[in-house]
Amino acid sequence: MQSVTRQDLLDTALEKLADGTVSHVLGWSRGTFDYEATPTLFSDPDTLRTAFVWNDFCGANLSKYLIKHTRRLEGRLLVFLKPCDTYSFNQLLTEHRFERERVFVVGVPCNGMADPRKLKAQADGILSVTAEGDTLSVETLYDGTRTLAVADLLEERCLTCKSRRHAAYDLLLGEEGEVQDSARFDEVAAIEAMSPDERFAFWQKELSRCIRCNACRDVCPACTCEQCVFGNPSSGVENKAASNEFEEKLFHIIRALHVAGRCTDCGECSRVCPQGIPLHLLNRKFIKEINENYGVYQAGAEVGTRAPLVDFTLDDPEAETVVRRGDDA
Amino acid sequence: MQVKEFKPLIVAFCCNWCSYAGADLAGNNRLNYPAEVKIIRVPCSCRVNPTFILRAFQRGADGVILCGCHPGDCHYTSGNYYTRRRMAMLFSMLDYLGIERERTRVEWVSAAEGAKFAATMNDFVQTVTALGENKRLEDLRCKA
Repeated sequence: MQSVTRQDLLDTALEKLADGTVSHVLGWSRGTFDYEATPTLFSDPDTLRTAFVWNDFCGANLSKYLIKHTRRLEGRLLVFLKPCDTYSFNQLLTEHRFERERVFVVGVPCNGMADPRKLKAQADGILSVTAEGDTLSVETLYDGTRTLAVADLLEERCLTCKSRRHAAYDLLLGEEGEVQDSARFDEVAAIEAMSPDERFAFWQKELSRCIRCNACRDVCPACTCEQCVFGNPSSGVENKAASNEFEEKLFHIIRALHVAGRCTDCGECSRVCPQGIPLHLLNRKFIKEINENYGVYQAGAEVGTRAPLVDFTLDDPEAETVVRRGDDA
Repeated sequence: MQVKEFKPLIVAFCCNWCSYAGADLAGNNRLNYPAEVKIIRVPCSCRVNPTFILRAFQRGADGVILCGCHPGDCHYTSGNYYTRRRMAMLFSMLDYLGIERERTRVEWVSAAEGAKFAATMNDFVQTVTALGENKRLEDLRCKA
């Protein structure tokens, strides 16, 4: 259950719309099902009142949508950002993707979001989902009404939440949380501990499921190039049919390299992957390596910091040292 | 049927200002290094985008080595420092994905180090030959 209610968010948005602070509101509306929340732009208070949702399924990070909408629209946009989303917001500002003055950030505290996949695994034929305190009342087609604890349905990224403190906001609803001391690198360390053959088999199994839908790229707040090399229809590798197993692997290596040092570890890539590939483990590997070799760096913690891969010190370790480090562990 | 002896294909990216001249020096000094090494001259080791290395593997390379100026000696003052971080990240990612780490290497070779160039290449070719054909990062369409 979230500590601020839908009414709190709605009141804030309506007030800011009414007093002319903002002209549009970026929030979520109900998707096809109750367990889906779709990012939506609202401009009229009536639609906002009826369609706006804030529940345990508002996992979508709204920061990337600001690029598109600030370019398209006049006036100022109100956006609701959860703590992890604010890191992406700062990173986008660092990269000059939009102007800070054009956005009014409302920070909303988050207690972790539920994963629709976990919900669907536990309940078949879901008709409706209603939040009741710390549980969800799930009405199903076959089993009647069931009650499931939100804590058992949390997204993987929320189980290893890195921060509940907002990195940026203009107005904060509810109470500010703290940076978490989470064990988010444990999964990476577990893979590192495998033998090279096991690692290869592990990634082969995961990455061969990729259908090259490009959802990870489209949702990634660090992937904001105007033209993407993977969107080029004459590249010969723009879809699954055109590529082979090598390119499947490569697509993900190149994407991870492209966002290395800029990835805020928001976990959106894994959330949207229709094949359930743990893509965040690639990005997290880079974050772990950067932290261990070049000093702890959290992308998006502040605006204007220099990403580690466009920076250097005179006594950086050699590539070979970096690769061999951890062999003794 | 005669079994064909395995000859690896090695791609060496060499910086114009140091290792490329180092290779020249090795030649002038009549030092041997294997013909399996195919040198690609780049203006600076920093010119090498990590995807170049992946591309080399795709096109059938069994090992890729990147040679640049010693840290502090870059012709453009700081190019090789960026290279160092970039390659550290790329190599650790390839290692993480289970690709043999011995297939990739960074070596700093100055223009005066012809002997080091030859020794490095001999050693690298030997290592890659022992590993055998690159099976984990191969594109069958690019193989003859």
